[in-house]
Amino acid sequence: MDLLSFARGPALKVAITIFCLGAAWRVVAFALLRIRRDLNKPRASVFKYMTGGLVAVASRSWPHREFIGRTGAGEALGYSYHIGLFALVLLFAPHIAFLGSLVGVTWPGLPSSLITIISVVTLTLFLAVLFRRVTNRVMRMLSNFDDYFSWFITMLVIVTGLAATAHFGAPYQTLLGIHILSFDVLLVWFPFGKLMHAFYIFPSRAINGALLARKGATS
Amino acid sequence: MSEASDLAQPIQANVAGAMKGFAQEIGALSAFRLESCIHCGICADACHFYIATDDPKYTPIWKVEPFKQAYKRETSAFAPLFRLFGFKREVTADQLAQWQHLLFDSCNMCGRCSLICPMGIDVAALIEQSRHAMFDAGLAPKELYRKAAHQQATGQPEASAEPYREQLLAIGIKFDVPIPLDIREAEVMLCVPRTDIEHYPSAVAALARVMNHLKVSCTFRSDGLVAENYGYYAGGKQWQRDISMRLITQAIACKAKMLLIPECGHAYTALRWEAADLYGQPLPFKVLSVTEFLADQLAAGLLTLKTSTSGKTTFHDPCQLVRKGGVNEAPRQLMKAMGVELHELENHGGFAFCCGGGGGVLDIEQAAPLRYRTMEVKLREIDATGAETLLTSCSDCRRTFDDAQAHFTWDKKPNSLLELVAANLLETVNRP
Repeated sequence: MDLLSFARGPALKVAITIFCLGAAWRVVAFALLRIRRDLNKPRASVFKYMTGGLVAVASRSWPHREFIGRTGAGEALGYSYHIGLFALVLLFAPHIAFLGSLVGVTWPGLPSSLITIISVVTLTLFLAVLFRRVTNRVMRMLSNFDDYFSWFITMLVIVTGLAATAHFGAPYQTLLGIHILSFDVLLVWFPFGKLMHAFYIFPSRAINGALLARKGATS
Repeated sequence: MSEASDLAQPIQANVAGAMKGFAQEIGALSAFRLESCIHCGICADACHFYIATDDPKYTPIWKVEPFKQAYKRETSAFAPLFRLFGFKREVTADQLAQWQHLLFDSCNMCGRCSLICPMGIDVAALIEQSRHAMFDAGLAPKELYRKAAHQQATGQPEASAEPYREQLLAIGIKFDVPIPLDIREAEVMLCVPRTDIEHYPSAVAALARVMNHLKVSCTFRSDGLVAENYGYYAGGKQWQRDISMRLITQAIACKAKMLLIPECGHAYTALRWEAADLYGQPLPFKVLSVTEFLADQLAAGLLTLKTSTSGKTTFHDPCQLVRKGGVNEAPRQLMKAMGVELHELENHGGFAFCCGGGGGVLDIEQAAPLRYRTMEVKLREIDATGAETLLTSCSDCRRTFDDAQAHFTWDKKPNSLLELVAANLLETVNRP
């Protein structure tokens, strides 16, 4: 079995299995903890605080006016590389074909030349994000292995993908095998680290937003 | 008075046990909050302690780091792996002792950090829960611990030459206003900040005057007089409950339909948003802050106010009342009704900076130098409005500003919104 067959065969199956079971366990583990009922009389109706949760999902996508001067640039950088990542994952024809084989639906993609440009831009943004993490005193203090490894493995997938499409340094089959293998590693790591925020972000905003709205508090 | 005032909190030999207790009691919601953090550090930019010092250790989410460590090690989804491979070590007594400064001296529990998180995490709620663990580990600051112990045992946070009951009656005589006390049945039960009794008796008189003016059936109760809750500040959950229960028991005893919280921000949080959970069932009466009560009376046409002569005025929003409690419009409605020329602070309403004294910080002696440094953020904003009058609706905020006035020889004197209302009552009450 060559590298490519291994990477998209048994390795991918194992990685997907670990990803699904691990991510599900992370979510189920919360449910096993105590869920406290708030007995204090709400200020708002159930409808109003549920709406407050939905509003928070949208409003926390960008800093409030009061904070934008201090945090706008950092958040813009964060969102930019996420947008680049989404474009690469969801709008590159071979990825669409792969995802289509899983979900049974395909959609139009972007031209390869544009994807290459997006890859380079996203890579640059990734480097900027790392630079910021190690130079910003607050972020450096908060960062741990999870932050750096999650950055590294995501970056590796982009770099190997770019190398594969550029046929850079090795036969295409080998480069593609390495790219898929790096993706397999990302899938295995996903449920153990901060990449899980992809699943948490909207529920977290919604739940905290609803609880603040329940009190009529600022959100 | 009790010997409680002489107590210092005994340090728990088993810090690990306290941390394990924290992890086991954490609940799904707090666990989810801890897990959702992406280490972006943005919460630092909302915190006045960080803004004033530029010191990363004051980043709000960093203040709960040992507790995140304990949770990950003890109860998170992959806790066995964290323990097996030593990824998360046990929290040590030394580590936790260092965090006392971060959780108490440098956090007002004001909740501004909860507004900035892109993941939506309520960081302030995590900090409050972490204070509980600090208390259980024997690491509540001595000032807060002593006052909480004294209040839990006696009903008063500190001994006083005259019991507060007597002082309350004396205030009534001095200001020539009837003080309803220990009336058997009343629709509204009143309580009073000990800060007002000791420092602002005119605010106590204002409360009595307004209630008398509105002809509301109301009473103070000798056995449930003090609004503050030092158990809340110190992180002693059982003491917080015991202290709240004094008021709850008295409100039930006099068949009150409403417990009215005077101008005291954290008392509002403790009673409006936390007491029922500690009581174990919904409270059989409403809990309202005096500010929102007066705004309701105004809206119902039962309160009419004269135009005030406060001149160019700015308003400091107490965090617990406005940002965390949702009482945002009420103070502005009252000021509007009095024709107050309001000049809002750059950060106002739910986004206002804390006065710097909240969360018990005003009481902690060693926190004073940092508090003064942090307060400058707020004082600069107040000065920038050019206002002659500073109003607020929390006596602890008022005391913090008074302290700043003395420390900085600042030219502003904080005033009570309630007192302004009491001074501008129009005699046109027609209560049905």
